[in-house]
Amino acid sequence: MYNIIVVIIMALVSYIPRVLPLIFIKTQIKNKFIKSFLYYIPYAVLACLTFPAIFYFSSNLYLSIIGACVAFTLSLFNQKMYLVVLISVVVVFGLSYLFF
Amino acid sequence: MKDFALGIKKSIPVGIAYLAVSFAFGVMAVSGITPLMATIISLTNLTSSGQFAGVRLIFEAASYIEIAITVFLINLRYSLMSISLSQKLDETIPSWKKMIFGFGITDELYAIAISEEKRRLSSAYMFGLMILPIVGWTLGTLLGSISSTLFSDRIVEALNLALYAMFIAIIVPDAKRSIGVFIVIIVSIALSCVFEYVPYVSNINPGLKIIIPTITATLVGAIFFPKKFEEEETCDV
Repeated sequence: MYNIIVVIIMALVSYIPRVLPLIFIKTQIKNKFIKSFLYYIPYAVLACLTFPAIFYFSSNLYLSIIGACVAFTLSLFNQKMYLVVLISVVVVFGLSYLFF
Repeated sequence: MKDFALGIKKSIPVGIAYLAVSFAFGVMAVSGITPLMATIISLTNLTSSGQFAGVRLIFEAASYIEIAITVFLINLRYSLMSISLSQKLDETIPSWKKMIFGFGITDELYAIAISEEKRRLSSAYMFGLMILPIVGWTLGTLLGSISSTLFSDRIVEALNLALYAMFIAIIVPDAKRSIGVFIVIIVSIALSCVFEYVPYVSNINPGLKIIIPTITATLVGAIFFPKKFEEEETCDV
């Protein structure tokens, strides 16, 4: 029961923010504060979701830290997203196979 | 029909990317929920960060209200995209059609639609744009969640890194370009660590551990580093 209700809730809060403005808001938001707030949300959310959780993605702390560093370094050099993901995963798998 | 085909063509790279990312999501999700539930969540949510946070809260058996507020907050940015997109849509599109394709607004598809040269976008274009990404996102989750048992623990563990690596790949390049984004990220990480490690404080609800750092960091950004919006901004997340 918990699961069913949660699925419905998540569907609603994913649908409503997308569709309501599309139907009802006819003018551009001019307010700089609101626009900035909405602009920064994804960065804050993703940073918060990723750290410190990324250090525990595997059962080995060192492996997790290495994986985080690989992803970070690749991103720093503006690698394409799929390359960052692919290389990080492969490196972690390789290291885990060889050393952990 | 031409617009529909154009939408589909434009969405192919996104559809493939979604297939891969949602595969990793599926593998991750089945450590706490069933493959069916993971697939339904992907089909109905169509967003990486929102449903990733939601599923993590489900793992911790968080309350309904916590999950609702957290996921809503994360998805709030879509409102900004919807508003901006509504200016670019053909004015004759009826509301009921908007209610269907509005569901398909994601960071990547918004970025494609808003950069379209044509002055007004038709509903056929919007439908074409969203079909493959929805299929890719749902199918990837299904495949990832049902096949995770076939993989060794090592592979599953390595795949757990995939979503985090994607998030890093999204935020780091923009942090390099914008001091505001950089500060927002640092504040968010600092608070997130406080709620994870500091005794007593770390006992608060799992939803608040996401909500408080997010709102605080975003407020800091909006107050001290208000963004200059010269033209249509695409925040590509």
